[in-house]
Amino acid sequence: MAVYKFKTPISEEDVRKLKVNDVLYVTGTIVTARDQAHKRALEFFKQGKPLPINLEGLAVFHCGPVVSKEGDKWIAVAAGPTTSTRMDIFEDEFIKNFKVRVVIGKGGMGKKTTDAMAKYGAVYGAFTGGAAILAARAIKNVKSGEWLDLGTPEALWIFEVEEFGPLAVAIDSHGNNIFMDIQKKVEENKQKIYQKLGL
Amino acid sequence: MLKKAKIVENVAFNILKQAVIYLPEDVKQALKKAYAEETSETGKTQLKAILDNIELAEKYQAPVCQDTGTIIFYVKAGAKAKDLDKIEEALTNATRRATKEVPLRPNSVDPFTQKNSGDNTGRYIPFLHWEIVPGDGLKLTVMTKGGGSENVCVTGMLVPGEGIRGLKKFVVDAVINAGAKPCPPNILGIAIGGGADIAMKLAKKALLKPLNEPNQDPEIAKLEKEIFEAANMTGIGPMGLGGKTTVLGVHVDYAFRHPASFPAAVAFNCWAARRASARINADGTVEYLTHKIKW
Repeated sequence: MAVYKFKTPISEEDVRKLKVNDVLYVTGTIVTARDQAHKRALEFFKQGKPLPINLEGLAVFHCGPVVSKEGDKWIAVAAGPTTSTRMDIFEDEFIKNFKVRVVIGKGGMGKKTTDAMAKYGAVYGAFTGGAAILAARAIKNVKSGEWLDLGTPEALWIFEVEEFGPLAVAIDSHGNNIFMDIQKKVEENKQKIYQKLGL
Repeated sequence: MLKKAKIVENVAFNILKQAVIYLPEDVKQALKKAYAEETSETGKTQLKAILDNIELAEKYQAPVCQDTGTIIFYVKAGAKAKDLDKIEEALTNATRRATKEVPLRPNSVDPFTQKNSGDNTGRYIPFLHWEIVPGDGLKLTVMTKGGGSENVCVTGMLVPGEGIRGLKKFVVDAVINAGAKPCPPNILGIAIGGGADIAMKLAKKALLKPLNEPNQDPEIAKLEKEIFEAANMTGIGPMGLGGKTTVLGVHVDYAFRHPASFPAAVAFNCWAARRASARINADGTVEYLTHKIKW
């Protein structure tokens, strides 16, 4: 279990150093995207329209923050991760097209995303679900809020962060996926539980 | 003296704010105990982050989780209480105010147009559960229910012939299927009987019970303990990253059932189990029942 501190833009070479169970902190730019923003970003790509920000080497964060506005300035009040599995249907294309190097969320992602991470060079960093203030404290500046027509939880927020983490590397770029490993163990434990309960 | 509707609005605002910032003491204690006892290294780091986050939320007076949930009120109204027709509007106003002032995340979306109302209100939202009780007072309880744990709640119509054995399997399977998604460690509300809707209503309401209060019926308390131990044998662990803490507590409730039906419901709550209550007496005085801090 090694600890890494990366600055964005993160290179493919650097991201490939990471192995599952390592701990990662990210400094630089991270961009939030949930279901609707993923969908729109991929539509934009198809139509050849540019996104509000070039995502290459950045981290995408599955998050719908609590934000407040003071004058013209947005403040991130609370910003923990949302469940990533909902983005599984988009993430392989997202990684391929936009070359993000880190996907931050909770709950893990499936085989399709794991394969894309291995192929194009990206990792999944699990941030503790619900730890919204821990996250918000690492956000030093809300650079902008884009696609606000989707509603503030679904908008694309561009955050400048300092040592955002700890992120548990749960999917690396070598085909390893902690969540899938745990799932296998849980399936084995299920039989023991059935036995104990006399089922 | 303030008008009744204004008092209700202020109290509802206070319990909403209390709930989203300060976790109930019993939940905090259970998380601390879990941290002390967790043996998985990754699991321990997750519990540490949770405990740090709880402290930071209190320090900065900010919501403990960015998903400030769907807002549900449980109203116990004294049969002789006045102005009951004003309560719904007062609770809706409190919700709007809390969304702006705490602030809360706007979590109320029209399922047809996908438009977010922006203020946590909408058709049937905030949702109100009414109960008429003797007396002239009013007890308000709020639950702000996170979406991640809501997405894995299940209702099943089990086979009556399999009885409680069937229930045990149903619950274990629900916990395993939920895996990392509901932000474990979780609290489980389980109910059987009544009907599909009644079982889920009771299961969700069971999430309001403090963790250190097992069912008064020793047989049901035994079942709660058995399910608690079984869920923690799964190895899902904090945030699904492995470990022995998958649930913090289990509450079971029931209604009598139709001979042909065995409805069962499992309601999940995330570790950020937010709830708060207050009582408003007929003379306008207020007692905060779960939290001391008010605004």
